[in-house]
Amino acid sequence: MRMIQTKDLVFDYQQRDEEGKVIGTHRAINEVDIDIYKGQFIGILGHNGSGKSTLAKHMNALLVPSGGTMWVDGKDTKDEDQLWDVRQAAGMVFQNPDNQIIGTVVEEDVGFGPENLGVPTADIWKRVEDSLKSVGMLEYRSHSPNKLSGGQKQRVAIAGVMAMRPKCIVLDEPTAMLDPNGRKEVLSAVEELREKEQVTVILITHYMEEVIGADKIFVMDQGNIVMEGTPGEIFGQVDKLKEYRLDVPQVTRLADKLKKRGLDIPDGILSIEELVDEICQLN
Amino acid sequence: MSIKLEHVNYIYSPETAYEKHALRDICLEIPHGQFVGIIGHTGSGKSTLIQHLNGLIKATDGTVYYDGKNIYDEGYSLKELRSQVGLVFQYPEHQLFEVSVLKDVCFGPHNQGLSEPECEKRAKEALELVGFPEKYYDQSPFDLSGGQKRRAAIAGVLAMRPKVLVLDEPTAGLDPKGRDDILDQIARLHSQTDMTVILVSHSMEDIAKYVERIIVMNKGSIMFDDTPKKVFSHYRELESVGLAAPQVTYIMHALKEKGMPVSTAPTTVEEAADAIMESLKKENREIL
Amino acid sequence: MIRDITIGQYYPADSVLHRLDPRVKVVCTLLYLISLFLFKSVPGYTVALIFLGGCIKMSKVPFKFIVRGLKPIIMLLMITVIFNLFLNPGGAILWSFWKLAITEKGVRTAVYMAIRLIFLIMGSSLMTFTTTPNELTDAIEKLLKPLNAIRVPVHEIAMMMSIALRFIPILLEETDKIMKAQIARGADLESGNIIQKAKSMIPILVPLFVSAFRRAGDLAMAMEARCYRGGDGRTKMKPLAYKCRDFAAYAVTIGYVIAAVLIGRNIPFQIWFF
Repeated sequence: MRMIQTKDLVFDYQQRDEEGKVIGTHRAINEVDIDIYKGQFIGILGHNGSGKSTLAKHMNALLVPSGGTMWVDGKDTKDEDQLWDVRQAAGMVFQNPDNQIIGTVVEEDVGFGPENLGVPTADIWKRVEDSLKSVGMLEYRSHSPNKLSGGQKQRVAIAGVMAMRPKCIVLDEPTAMLDPNGRKEVLSAVEELREKEQVTVILITHYMEEVIGADKIFVMDQGNIVMEGTPGEIFGQVDKLKEYRLDVPQVTRLADKLKKRGLDIPDGILSIEELVDEICQLN
Repeated sequence: MSIKLEHVNYIYSPETAYEKHALRDICLEIPHGQFVGIIGHTGSGKSTLIQHLNGLIKATDGTVYYDGKNIYDEGYSLKELRSQVGLVFQYPEHQLFEVSVLKDVCFGPHNQGLSEPECEKRAKEALELVGFPEKYYDQSPFDLSGGQKRRAAIAGVLAMRPKVLVLDEPTAGLDPKGRDDILDQIARLHSQTDMTVILVSHSMEDIAKYVERIIVMNKGSIMFDDTPKKVFSHYRELESVGLAAPQVTYIMHALKEKGMPVSTAPTTVEEAADAIMESLKKENREIL
Repeated sequence: MIRDITIGQYYPADSVLHRLDPRVKVVCTLLYLISLFLFKSVPGYTVALIFLGGCIKMSKVPFKFIVRGLKPIIMLLMITVIFNLFLNPGGAILWSFWKLAITEKGVRTAVYMAIRLIFLIMGSSLMTFTTTPNELTDAIEKLLKPLNAIRVPVHEIAMMMSIALRFIPILLEETDKIMKAQIARGADLESGNIIQKAKSMIPILVPLFVSAFRRAGDLAMAMEARCYRGGDGRTKMKPLAYKCRDFAAYAVTIGYVIAAVLIGRNIPFQIWFF
């Protein structure tokens, strides 16, 4: 069952002058075909400007294709009648923790989505509690978001999306503005969600380490999908990734360097244990 | 142009419900021309510390000396200090405001009281130092890409020709190539001029590659103050306060534990590759 | 630390007043404020004092907090008192100096004005101390709902107010950061005449506005992503519903207004009991 599917997806940004006249277009997405199945954990990687965020915004119809089609949960995103169904099916968490929290109290913010969906009051409370529990933020329910750390705010944002019971959650660079601890918090919350709620997770990022556990990775560059495969397949191509302005974890880079110096090390080493084992085997 | 802190303490909102002892008895000396890295978890006091270096924050207790002079002395010009110690905040592009990039970069020199032509000269020099393309000099800063905005903002501080450059997380929010570019530029700045450079960062791997000295902050105090290799050798203690060593450190230690006779000193990928190849060659020679 | 400033300074506590429906508090505060202008006599103000004092006691907000709200208006208070003292002809002259004279009427009026002002401020502060900003916007939204009939976008206004409240601390903190960044570049925000000071605000205000607009754009996207489409069809997580204590509060307040007016205007009770 496909969760997200695109065919020949094209998106052009229109550049306007001061009077609002269109003076040019910039092709942000260039004939992209992707298939994402229910329950998968997908990573979409790319440098700033590669089109990954633009692609993400098509997944919940914040943007509509200039050409081609995007289907979310079987619905065409261009169909205005299905707009809110699409947005309920594919929830989105954004990069800036502050700019997506609307409530002045954590639990009120998590309830914002269900309120918009017309969920009855008693059910809203249940959803809010369940969602906060699933991201480990229940004890902060009466806190003001201003007093939370970046990682905590993002977890609240995730809870806010989960409270809408989406089929798929798209996270657009959720850790870009966080410190290492915050990043860890958010990624383990996402990991938990995958296991417990079995929701499709699409993680947009430029940090390779975050998608080590993905089922499939897409790499974007200048609006095109330039690489596609499992983490193992993708990580091994260190030089190609560098061309696309991306970087791999130190362990993968080290494995690649040693391989170039003649050691018999397989491609796609992702963890310290793997590398250590391989090196010791050479002894 | 050295900086010295003696028993500096800073308390936020003293005697209120929100009192926070952000800096505890900091004693620190940074000689001229050093390339220093400051690391620490969020709340460790690193941002508070660097704001003491240019007098933006006044210590609750203790003294700060710049070039041998006490900056809290009567009549000491803090404005002059800020020309000498340039501070680039996190997400510096949020300070851009002028109609063109060139004008914005001229803001600092203007405030130093320099003539218009001199301001422009220094602005152009600074923009060149950060690799900002000339064709965008007259563009509105709000029309630039994220990376370009950041370069323009850093140039805005460099245009004041500071002797000390302090950067708070200059790579925040940039993609991997963007990070490498900015750090390479900063390293080049350090080697080509004789500026003292102080880099605050979360990324151990970035810091390990460039700096000659690391100061580790924890809960307002200095936990370690040494060369990168020595600091990262304490990787277990770093972990206990929520920090980590570069991945390479863990790899070398893991190899050693498995019985390989390798040095655990490497902190960069190149050093690690060298050390591993060394060790394997030695092993093979011994076997033969 | 700036993030802990909330407009109206809510004082968290668990008291009868805190637990009242916010609509009750808004309406009753209004009634109380109006009542202060319906009489001008010592007995009247005594009744008002009893009512106010009782409310303060029930609110569990420390008296010193409530008094703090008077600090900003001390100047206004002084001016009111002085003007009324010296410029009110009528009654016996108690003291005169050159052309200025303090009359008996002047003293009385000055005292009444001062009391009115003090009671006004304390009453309003009490309301904001016991009601969170969000409760206030909910109350205003519900109270103004009838205006929907004449096409006033009540829900949207309430939504704007609560988002503004949410972002005030964030924007304050951002202002602080921008100021520091510009000071680090040698900006001087303190010296110079009015024009120079105004000019020195540009490097602060421009980035602040740009940032505010950017946040607004991000927030709008986030709201749409969470299916916000205006007030139609929305349910409420914390709907306002009157309880017995709210009706009791209305009754007590109305009782106070009647008593204060009767006693304050010296209307004999007998007239009303016929």
